[in-house]
Amino acid sequence: MIFGADVASMLLGGVAAGMVLFIVSVGLSVTMGLMGFVNLAHGGFAMLGGYAIVLAMKHWGLGFVPALVFGFLAIAAVSAVLERLLYTRLYEAGELDQVLFTIGLVFIMTASVTLLVGPENQPLTLPSILRGQIDLGITRYRTYSVVLIAIGIVIAVGLWLAFERTRMGAQIRAAVDNRRMAESLGINIGRLFTVTFAFGSGMAALGGGLGAEFLGLDPQYALKYLVFFLIVVAVGGLGRVTGVFYAALLIGVLDFVLKKYVPQGGTLFIYGLTVLLLLWRPQGLFGGKAAA
Amino acid sequence: MTSPSAGLAGHPAARAMASRHRLRLWEPIPWILAIAVFFVFPKYLGFATELLITILFAISLDLVLGYAGIVTLGHAAFFGAGAYAVGMLAKHGLWNEPITGLIIAAVVAAAVGLGSGLVLLRTRGLTLLMLTLCTMALLEEAANLGQAYTGGFDGLDSLPIRPLFGVFEFNPLYPTTQYLYVLAVLFVCFVFVRTLVYSPFGQSLRGIRENTLRMHAVGAPVRARLVTCYTVSAAVAGVAGGIWAQANAYVNLGTLGLDRAATVLIILVLGGAGRLYGAFVGAVAYMALSHFLSKVYPTAWQLGLGLLLVVIALFARNGILGLVEDLWRRRAVTTDR
Repeated sequence: MIFGADVASMLLGGVAAGMVLFIVSVGLSVTMGLMGFVNLAHGGFAMLGGYAIVLAMKHWGLGFVPALVFGFLAIAAVSAVLERLLYTRLYEAGELDQVLFTIGLVFIMTASVTLLVGPENQPLTLPSILRGQIDLGITRYRTYSVVLIAIGIVIAVGLWLAFERTRMGAQIRAAVDNRRMAESLGINIGRLFTVTFAFGSGMAALGGGLGAEFLGLDPQYALKYLVFFLIVVAVGGLGRVTGVFYAALLIGVLDFVLKKYVPQGGTLFIYGLTVLLLLWRPQGLFGGKAAA
Repeated sequence: MTSPSAGLAGHPAARAMASRHRLRLWEPIPWILAIAVFFVFPKYLGFATELLITILFAISLDLVLGYAGIVTLGHAAFFGAGAYAVGMLAKHGLWNEPITGLIIAAVVAAAVGLGSGLVLLRTRGLTLLMLTLCTMALLEEAANLGQAYTGGFDGLDSLPIRPLFGVFEFNPLYPTTQYLYVLAVLFVCFVFVRTLVYSPFGQSLRGIRENTLRMHAVGAPVRARLVTCYTVSAAVAGVAGGIWAQANAYVNLGTLGLDRAATVLIILVLGGAGRLYGAFVGAVAYMALSHFLSKVYPTAWQLGLGLLLVVIALFARNGILGLVEDLWRRRAVTTDR
């Protein structure tokens, strides 16, 4: 019984971390799949979102949920503007230019945050109902983690429905599979992409806020976790909501378990596994088509 | 059309091809400047040594990125491999002669390059980018974990490097030996890379960069060429890393980090990739700016660097040298009229 409770609490922690990974990475997966754009600034949007949420709570006294909504909207708006003004010029450019441009954006974000807010970690103050523990029958666990899992599942199901059951979702899937064909069928790819990009960045912002409690929130956030977000996308496959969901859970749980049992070599193991996996299936574990 | 080569020998394109490897008048200038620095700025030799090593590292990246068109985010893996090869051998008292140490560094880095290149270069695009990044992260984690051998997070310091030729000591306070040694190694490596990129092999790399499909179609062994290029570039990067470890007498995790890989990428692109001297221009511009600005205003420096990258990516895709070439061409056109 003790063992069972132990496994349950470890799984819960890993799944909660995986949900945050999923919420942050899903936008990256879809935008990369749609436009083939290597957006290394995605972690930066998550960071900006986290800051918007934490600062709105701290200075404007917003509640946690209104602050999350505000963060989502603010970052979605900012990213839509950036996409229309700058990203759109680089869709036809090579990966190198995209990589440079987005690394440049990350530097600008990091520096601006350092200048405007300061280099120190910004703690997220959770509302008191989320702070305690909750009795789940087999084990007691932190309420916030359980809530995170619930939010993650709701978002995943919502996204899956939106992806599989709506016209917009069908358009996105069509464009991911064959952009030219979709374009010639009259789908407005440019608008579709702006909307998806803004939405994905908004989700990243949400993830940045939700995850700030255990990922921390400082100006180095954007680069520190970038490799993790990219791994989730690469493992999950481009443009696949379900793939990213499973990959994020897998990596979240794996990371959590490894950190507990092999505190030293856990990250090494994940990198090694990713390399092997990508060599075996370059399109990712759940991806349908080869990543070009 | 009996003999096309004879008939086209006078064609401007043919003449350009035949003379592309010849020395230009301005080519000795960087070397003269480098020697002048030795006499004019003895106080800045430590910085200048760092600069020369960065140039060497950027040249190695130019080979894969600028010529073969392989976009990698993990080039520091080879720099670090070379640096750790030198550092670990010296620290554990196995080998500390500098010149042979560099050869060992090159061999170790080349082995890493060959091993990873053989598997990585099967992929393209985002997957390749991810794999180079992960390989580097893997090495970094391994160096972090193998504390007994690599010194872990703290790295290995005060490496006992033997004097050059048994005579010239590496003095960290007056790095005159380091400077001249690095300059000589840079020159040798540069001549090697210059010969390589103007050889038929180098030409075929450019072909692969411009149109991989067509190179396949004309029967060029694309994979083998790319792997060879990747290995050679890794060896040069390993020399840069090894000499960095020797000149500073220490090695740490930073040699393997994303920071170093991103910086060298930025330097090369700033100067102009696919141009032999882009590494020189980029390294001088970047290092001078960062040396004087980053200490005073570290945050403003990062902000400026970010803006610079965005501007380069959007407007000046060929870097500083590309801008100069454009100006030159425009001037040539107007004077022709």
